[in-house]
Amino acid sequence: MQLAKIQILTRNLKVTFLTLVVLFTTFSVALAEHSTKNSAEKESFNAGEVIMHHVMDNHEIHIGPLHVPLPIMLYSKEKGLDIFMSSHLSHGEAYNGYIMVHEKIYHVGTDGKLSHDKDGHVNAARPLDLSITKSVFGMLLTMIIMLVVFISINTSYRKNAMQAPKGIQSFFEPLILFVMDEIAKPSIGKKYQKFLPYLLTIFFFIWIGNMLGLIPFIGGFNVTGNIAVALVLALFTFIITSVNGNKDYWKHIYNTPGVPWWLKFPIPLMFVIEFIGFISKPVVLTLRLFANITAGHIIILSFVSLIFIFNNLYGAGGGYGVSILSVAFSIFMFAIELLVAFLQAYVFTLLSALYFGSAVEEHDHAH
Amino acid sequence: MNPLLPELGLVLWMSVAFLVVLFLLKKFAWKGIIKALNDREEFIERSLKSAEEAKAKMSELKSDNEKLLAEARKEREQILKEAKVMKEQILSEAKITATQEGDRLISSARKEIDKEKNQALTDIKKQVSELSIAVAEKVIRKELSDNSAHEALVSSHFDQQSN
Repeated sequence: MQLAKIQILTRNLKVTFLTLVVLFTTFSVALAEHSTKNSAEKESFNAGEVIMHHVMDNHEIHIGPLHVPLPIMLYSKEKGLDIFMSSHLSHGEAYNGYIMVHEKIYHVGTDGKLSHDKDGHVNAARPLDLSITKSVFGMLLTMIIMLVVFISINTSYRKNAMQAPKGIQSFFEPLILFVMDEIAKPSIGKKYQKFLPYLLTIFFFIWIGNMLGLIPFIGGFNVTGNIAVALVLALFTFIITSVNGNKDYWKHIYNTPGVPWWLKFPIPLMFVIEFIGFISKPVVLTLRLFANITAGHIIILSFVSLIFIFNNLYGAGGGYGVSILSVAFSIFMFAIELLVAFLQAYVFTLLSALYFGSAVEEHDHAH
Repeated sequence: MNPLLPELGLVLWMSVAFLVVLFLLKKFAWKGIIKALNDREEFIERSLKSAEEAKAKMSELKSDNEKLLAEARKEREQILKEAKVMKEQILSEAKITATQEGDRLISSARKEIDKEKNQALTDIKKQVSELSIAVAEKVIRKELSDNSAHEALVSSHFDQQSN
C-alpha cells in the first residue's frame, strides 16, 4: 500500500521532471534565438555583463520581457527629497537634474550632462539613493511574507493550543523547533530564550530570502546575496554580541587569561590576535553569506549563458546541442542551491548563536 | 558595478526594515509561538508523566485484584475441602446410624419372631395336648364301653405305675 503510493509518487516526479527539462530547453533556446536577433545590432553576447547585471541591484524588475519600474527616492542637501519612477532614468537620459549610469545615480553638471574627469571616469556628486530597488523590494517582500506567515501561525497556535499543528503551522514548526533545539539551546545555553526571537528572525529571513532568489521569472531577486543585506545582518549579530558581552567576554579580548605574560607585555600580541578575531567575525559572516548566494546565482546563470554563447558561435544547432547539457547542469545546480539556501541560513544563525553563547558564557575557571 | 561595495541606501533600508520586522515578529509572532511550543512541551511531558503514574496505579490495582482473586480462590478451596470432609463425616455417621438402626431393627424383629414362634409353639402344644386329650377321651370312652377293656386299662395303668 505504502510502497505503491511511493512508486506512483516517484513516477509522477519523474514525469514532472522530464516535462520541466523539455520546457526549459525549448524556452532557453527560444530566448537564445531571440537574443541572437537582437545581438545582430549589439554584435556579441557578453555573458559577464548579463550575469553581473542579474546579480547586482537594479532600479527596475525584469519579469520576462516586462521591465517594471520601481520608485526612486533621492536625497541631497541641495535638492532635498525627490521621488519619481525609475522609468524616467532607465534610458540613460537626464531627468530632474539626475542621470543614471550603470545603476548609479549622479547629479548632472550645470550643462545638463554628466561630468567626467580627464581619464574618462565619472566625476560627479551622488545623491543619497534611497530608492526601492530590486533588492529593497525583494527584502521587503521577504519581510512581508514573514510577517504574514508567522503572525498567522501565532494565531493558529493560540486557536488550537495544546494540539498537534495543522497546515502551514506543521510545515514551519519543525523549522522553529530546529532553531530552538538544535541551534539556540546547545550554542547559547541557559540564556537562549533572550536571543531566540532574533535567531528565528534571521534564520527565516535568510532562508526565505534565499528561496525568493531561486524562484525563476519573478525578476531574479538576489536579496541575501547582496553584500549590503548580509552586512547589516552581520552587524546586528555583532552589535547584539557586544551589547550582551559580560565581563569575561571582554576580558578574553583585552587580557586573555591563561596565557604566558610575555604574550601580553611588552608587545600586546594576544590582544592584537583577539581583536582581529573580534573584528573578523562580522566580516566573515557577511562575506560567507554574500559569496555563497551570489556564487550560486552566477553558476546557474553561467550554465544558461553557455546556450547563448554557443548559439552565437555555432548558430541555433549549437544552442540546441549545448542546451541539453546546460539545462541538466543548471537543474542540478538549482537542486544544490535549494540545499545551500537552507544551509547558509543555518550556518549564519548557528554562528550568531555561538557568538552570543561566547558573550554570555559564565566562566568559573581560567583557561 | 562592484558587487563588493555595499550601497548606503540599501544598508539604511535593510537596517530600518529589519528592526521593524524584528520588533513586530518578536511582539506578534515569536513570543506567542515560543510560549505555545513551551507550554505544549510541558503539557505533553505532564501528560506522559500522569499516564505513567496511571499505569503504575493500574498495575498496582491489578496486582491487588490478583491478590484478592488468589485469596478468594484459596478460600473457595478451603470451603470445598471442609465441605468434602463434612460430607464424608455425615456420610460415615449416617452409615453408622443406619447400620445400628438396621441391627436394632433386625434384632427386634428377631425377638418378635422368636416371641411369635414361641407363642405359636405354645399354642400348637396347647392345641396338640387338647387334641390328644380329646382323642384320648374319645378312645377311652370307646375302650371303656365294655368293662373288660376298662379293667385292662386300669390294670395296665397300675402296672405301669408299679414298675
